[in-house]
Amino acid sequence: MTAPTPATDERRRARAALDQAPRSLRGLLVKVAILGVVDAVAVYALFVLFLQREWLVFGIAVAVLVIINVVYLRRGLLPAKYLLPGVLFLAIFQIFVVVYSGYIAFTNYGDGHNSTKQDAIDAIVLTSQKRVPDSPTYQLTVLDQLGLLSFLVTDPEGNVSVGGEDRPLEPVTGYGTDATGKADELPGYTTLDFSGIVARQAEIAALAVPLSDDPNAGSLRTPDGSRAYLYISTLEYDEASDTFTETTTGEVFRDNGHGAFANSSGRELVPGWKIDVGLENFFTAFGTESIRGPLLATTAWTFSFAFLSVATTFALGLFLAIVFNDKRMRGKRFYRTLIILPYAFPAFLSGLVWLGLLNQDFGFVNQVIFGGADIPWLTDPWLAKVSVLVLNLWLGFPYMFLVCTGALQSIPDELSEAARVDGAGPWSIFRLIKLPLLLVSVAPLLISSFAFNFNNFNVIYMLTGGGPRNVAAGVDAGATDLLITLVYKVAFGSGTGRDYGLASAFAIIIFIVVAIVSIIGFRQTRALEEIDR
Amino acid sequence: MTTAIVTDSPEDLARRGAKERRRPFGRWFRETGWRHLVGVAVLVFAAFPLLYVLSASLNPSGTLVGSNQLFRVVDIGNYIELFNRPTLPFAAWFTNTVVIGLVTAVCTVFLGALAAYAFSRLRFTGRRIGLLSLLLVQMFPQLLGVVAIFLLLSGIGEIFPVLGLGSQVGLIMVYLGGALGVNTYLMYGFFNTVPASIDEAAKIDGASHAQIFFGIILRLVAPILAVVALLSFVGTASEFVIASVVLTEPSTQTLAVGLYQLVSNETSKNWTLFSAGAVLAAIPVMLLFVFLQKYIVSGLTAGAVK
Repeated sequence: MTAPTPATDERRRARAALDQAPRSLRGLLVKVAILGVVDAVAVYALFVLFLQREWLVFGIAVAVLVIINVVYLRRGLLPAKYLLPGVLFLAIFQIFVVVYSGYIAFTNYGDGHNSTKQDAIDAIVLTSQKRVPDSPTYQLTVLDQLGLLSFLVTDPEGNVSVGGEDRPLEPVTGYGTDATGKADELPGYTTLDFSGIVARQAEIAALAVPLSDDPNAGSLRTPDGSRAYLYISTLEYDEASDTFTETTTGEVFRDNGHGAFANSSGRELVPGWKIDVGLENFFTAFGTESIRGPLLATTAWTFSFAFLSVATTFALGLFLAIVFNDKRMRGKRFYRTLIILPYAFPAFLSGLVWLGLLNQDFGFVNQVIFGGADIPWLTDPWLAKVSVLVLNLWLGFPYMFLVCTGALQSIPDELSEAARVDGAGPWSIFRLIKLPLLLVSVAPLLISSFAFNFNNFNVIYMLTGGGPRNVAAGVDAGATDLLITLVYKVAFGSGTGRDYGLASAFAIIIFIVVAIVSIIGFRQTRALEEIDR
Repeated sequence: MTTAIVTDSPEDLARRGAKERRRPFGRWFRETGWRHLVGVAVLVFAAFPLLYVLSASLNPSGTLVGSNQLFRVVDIGNYIELFNRPTLPFAAWFTNTVVIGLVTAVCTVFLGALAAYAFSRLRFTGRRIGLLSLLLVQMFPQLLGVVAIFLLLSGIGEIFPVLGLGSQVGLIMVYLGGALGVNTYLMYGFFNTVPASIDEAAKIDGASHAQIFFGIILRLVAPILAVVALLSFVGTASEFVIASVVLTEPSTQTLAVGLYQLVSNETSKNWTLFSAGAVLAAIPVMLLFVFLQKYIVSGLTAGAVK
């Protein structure tokens, strides 16, 4: 960089500031200390990842650790030194998250389809286990090793073995026995006494120790912590044919290609597993009559809501800005300070406050303003739409007021003066001079306001929860649902099962719309020119 | 649009008009008086819901229907009960919100300022692409990826339970993922207004880049740091979607998640208690806004109005 000779007073300012700045030795120490902490945490993380055999994540973590150290220990690489911390978070929690959403949209991820096929097989075997009638009783001692529970088992023939979750029984020697010949201690383990068993009752009751590597051999479980019984799955898994067979009825369950085992009549075993389903979620979204209709209605309403929100808040904000932009008017500060209040009030609370105000039976609006009327503000599809728009007007007009006031004040008075001299009336001055100039400067803000309202989750979810619900819809969609509230309800809703795949497919639709809006926004802003400065 | 749309009683107008004796009343009203009418109407619209919630919070009846007579009784029982009901960890929600908000705000400002400094003062390959990407990224709010965030954290939680689902540290890390996207651009614009000759002068005096950044630049851009910190704090404190998905234990939740659950199930029954909680939650944020109003307005409009 070529340095122009700086003005002397700037040198003085710089030197004055420098005297208060940390000296470079202190800076170095701080840097080394921070880097040391980061490295220590990272090495610990690597250690855990190594033990858990998460090789892909391990590899990425090693790479990140190397990059961090190279950037901060080498001389130079100045831009990287300043950009790296933010970019790391951005990469993981924003960029990766977007890519990952894209991936989930092509899977059947959701309730009952959470994990791999092997996990599903193990889970099915485990949950269908029943105690084998008249099977032998095993004497049992519960052992603890660093928080991990194990069963020390003495079988009816007197053979002693130990095992735990996912660790099949193995014969042991060197154990201690009690008077009845039951093994009750093992070196390296702590024997749980009665109070210890009571304290971890739930954990012990859930523990199933496999008898051998073969999942069909069954496992030992204990109802009381001192005796164990053999439990065998009523569903037998056959690896060669990849099928489950019900041992009592002989019914066969096959992989149905949709991430579940199903019998000939279509009954599925739970849980299933996660598979890639290609475009199936998008076909569901656009192909199923009961979902396509609500989805299109929701999309249309999302656009209308965003547009009407911007239009109403801008109209009121601009009107007020003009009204208060008068030199002779007194008390402008007073009005301005109070008008900002709704904007300062936390948005999620506003929805809840208006939820009370608009309550059909007891709310202030119906009881006091309309004298005990019974107006269904939040439960009638059209009135609910009006209600969310009014709430959003209340929340949003102060922002537009501030923005428009700033924009109006930056328009030179000479322009209106000149127009007035030329014989223009107040309305023409506004329409032909002020409005175009104002629009040029606030257009980018209007576009970002549109993008914001497109995903204005809080207002909708807090006031109406997206309702009133469309009962005919195949998903939990309502009259005021935006796409983003629909995503949330499909993914985490309580009424219907969680369907992450379908929710992500909806999210992809939002991504595409927002991308289009922002491309239009880019063209409008002067931001691009600024970058090249 | 510039015509008066509100009529008012003559007495009212006369009272207000009395102050302006220099102009005849009719002319005063045409030029200025009607503006006050609009102002009063807007103030009622703007302030009424806030007065209503304040009144409800001071009402001992507990229910929605009892709250309709404004300020009939004034009683701080709801505020006391907020902190004494065992099933309602309001104090914990409040602390969680403040702590998560403050940590997120401070880290956001720091990460954003580092990046803005690099973009504003350093020239490197990829700078233009980097700025463009930031502009693009800020169009996509994090809540769009809430499903992926949930699954990512549940995956992280299997390896590091401290950072997984239910962890406040994990939540803060997620919020920091949005730190660059939302604020860097705003800061970048402000950093550009600080003349580069100040850096040059310091460099000639032998200051290192870190000394210039921490010692000089950060002091000169303090107003924008305050704005970004405030916006980040308010944004985090109001954030519901991700917090509701990540924080599963009631005692670890934030005000947004906790108060929503308090009121969404039985709106009418918990109304005055909720109102008291809402007032306490809103007061710190609103005070910040009122005191920092000047900075906020300049920060908000910086992008468009120069």
